[in-house]
Amino acid sequence: MSPASVFVCLSLTLLSDYPVIRVKPDHSGVVTDGVKHSMNPFCEIAVEEAVKLKEKKFIKEVVAVSCGPTQVTETIRTALAMGCDRGIHVEVSGKDYEAMGPLQIAKIFAALAKKEEASLVILGKQAIDDDCNQTGQMTAALLDWPQGTFASEVTIDGEKVKVVREIDGGLETIKISMPAVLTADLRLNTPRYATLPNIMKAKKKKIANMKPADLGVDMVSRVEVLRVDEPPTRLAGVKVETVDDLVAKLKANGTI
Amino acid sequence: MKLVERMPRLQSCQAAHGLSDEQKEFQKMAFDFAAHEMSPHMAEWDEKEIFPVETMRKAAQLGFGGIYVQPEVGGSGLSRLDTSVIFEALSTGCVSTTAYISIHNMCNWMIDTFGNTEQREKFCPELCTMDKFASYCLTEPGSGSDAASLLTTAKLEGHHYILNGSKAFISGGGDTDVYIVMCRTGGKGPKGISCVVVEKDTPGLSFGKKEKKVGWNSQPTRAVILEDCHVPVTNRLGQEGQGFNIAMRGLNGGRINIASCSLGAAHACVQLARDHLLVRKQFGEALSNNQFLQFKLAEMATKLVASRLLLREAAVALQESRSDAVSLCSMAKLFVTDECFNICNQALQMHGGYGYLKDYAVQQFVRDIRVHQILEGTNEVMRMIIARSLLSESG
Repeated sequence: MSPASVFVCLSLTLLSDYPVIRVKPDHSGVVTDGVKHSMNPFCEIAVEEAVKLKEKKFIKEVVAVSCGPTQVTETIRTALAMGCDRGIHVEVSGKDYEAMGPLQIAKIFAALAKKEEASLVILGKQAIDDDCNQTGQMTAALLDWPQGTFASEVTIDGEKVKVVREIDGGLETIKISMPAVLTADLRLNTPRYATLPNIMKAKKKKIANMKPADLGVDMVSRVEVLRVDEPPTRLAGVKVETVDDLVAKLKANGTI
Repeated sequence: MKLVERMPRLQSCQAAHGLSDEQKEFQKMAFDFAAHEMSPHMAEWDEKEIFPVETMRKAAQLGFGGIYVQPEVGGSGLSRLDTSVIFEALSTGCVSTTAYISIHNMCNWMIDTFGNTEQREKFCPELCTMDKFASYCLTEPGSGSDAASLLTTAKLEGHHYILNGSKAFISGGGDTDVYIVMCRTGGKGPKGISCVVVEKDTPGLSFGKKEKKVGWNSQPTRAVILEDCHVPVTNRLGQEGQGFNIAMRGLNGGRINIASCSLGAAHACVQLARDHLLVRKQFGEALSNNQFLQFKLAEMATKLVASRLLLREAAVALQESRSDAVSLCSMAKLFVTDECFNICNQALQMHGGYGYLKDYAVQQFVRDIRVHQILEGTNEVMRMIIARSLLSESG
């Protein structure tokens, strides 16, 4: 039995090459107004993998999902233009959006995956603006599904998925049963450009709208951000002449 | 070169303003393609005079081979405005290659629009995928601006036209597969001109030497020589005597496209100049503190936005076949190519000595777009067209 639907869960992030990110004057976060946002690069890789699996006929349908304000529909459209079949936009805006963290997002994705009977949930391994690397894992835990994270290779074998994972020691290969959660790492694939015809076809694909409340998800954050600061400016170093001097200095400032 | 990803910062010069969501998607995709597939190779293609066939075929896979050609023959069926947005974005990666892609698109459209079913089905699909490349042959050694005085003859003999003559400055000439040739089947003047499609390897078709140019070096330019070249009558587009009209209709769109290429180059150069002013220091401070340079940059940005607006309006007018379309296309081509050249030239000046080095992209943008003020109808001819429209009875 080939899997029915695959959910690709997308994150909208601050543009990676944006050279200057500023901390808000009240230190509550970073300035996001007027900063260009785009699909998280690891999520692009996730979309590409899902579309490839569909082209290889392992899966029937790819659904692109994202949580956030209206802006995220652009990301969903890009995913549709890359080959996803339909989209779901879970609307979260204002204060709820600012407080939204991996746990809230994971709850939403888990609720949706259950509701729509997804066989696979694929996410990017982490968002490049907050680098949390939690959403995929939390989603799997909430669903009590196996997880294949940091995937650099995915192969579907009947009811199971073989995942080659990039870990500190090298590459680890695991086999997990579906339904499962996968998170995409950098070397999983190279995302395709959307073609002009696909961008046009994407316009006709449906994006459903819903709110977290519709899924019975409680958006209250258990995490309170106390303060956001820029990294301290790097202090000038001190040059020493000999190794003895170096040791003496390190002892003097308490390092050794 | 991370040039393109940094573009969004210029709020007032944003190329995405006023576009529909779908157009923004096309544009984003074209910018990405330009940044990753073209920009890293722009200098090498120029220096080594490489015709980047593989890259252009990659572009064709995305739908760039027949952007405004009908989908039933493999095209993308988009509007003139969509096309302008796409060429503007691609030009930030390489003007010369984008300009050739636009010429190829123009030829593809001509066959799609004026060809019969057999011709469209024979030529367009392969042009859309860029399995085959096209060239537009109107200009001759003796007829440039005075295009209607062309001398290449096409004598009807049975089921063939025998072509004799030569065409000059043909983009892609010698490396392309399909040549759209305007030739004289009738009497003098425009009404005696017809349009035929000459295929590569037809006996009697040969080429001059590859020209050495100041820019546009990623596309070969050669004379196209026709000596008793037999072309089947079934390769004629439209009616006898319709050729000049077909050529001019092709050029209306061609002018929008070429101006779009100039626009992309100017946008890239404003970005480059801005970045340079912020970094380069003289007299103890960044150049960006110098009021003259601030004012110069402001003027450049203003002309850029004005150019973009005029160009996009002309594209819409052409799409809607408005009565002012021909005039507007001429105005747009005139204004945009002139102003954008000045913008790029100013950007080069702002770079000081570095602007003159081939290590810096700004000089290639300047060299590549200089010819846009000359071809597809010189900017002088653009004035002729506009004046004629203004002074005519209906003007």
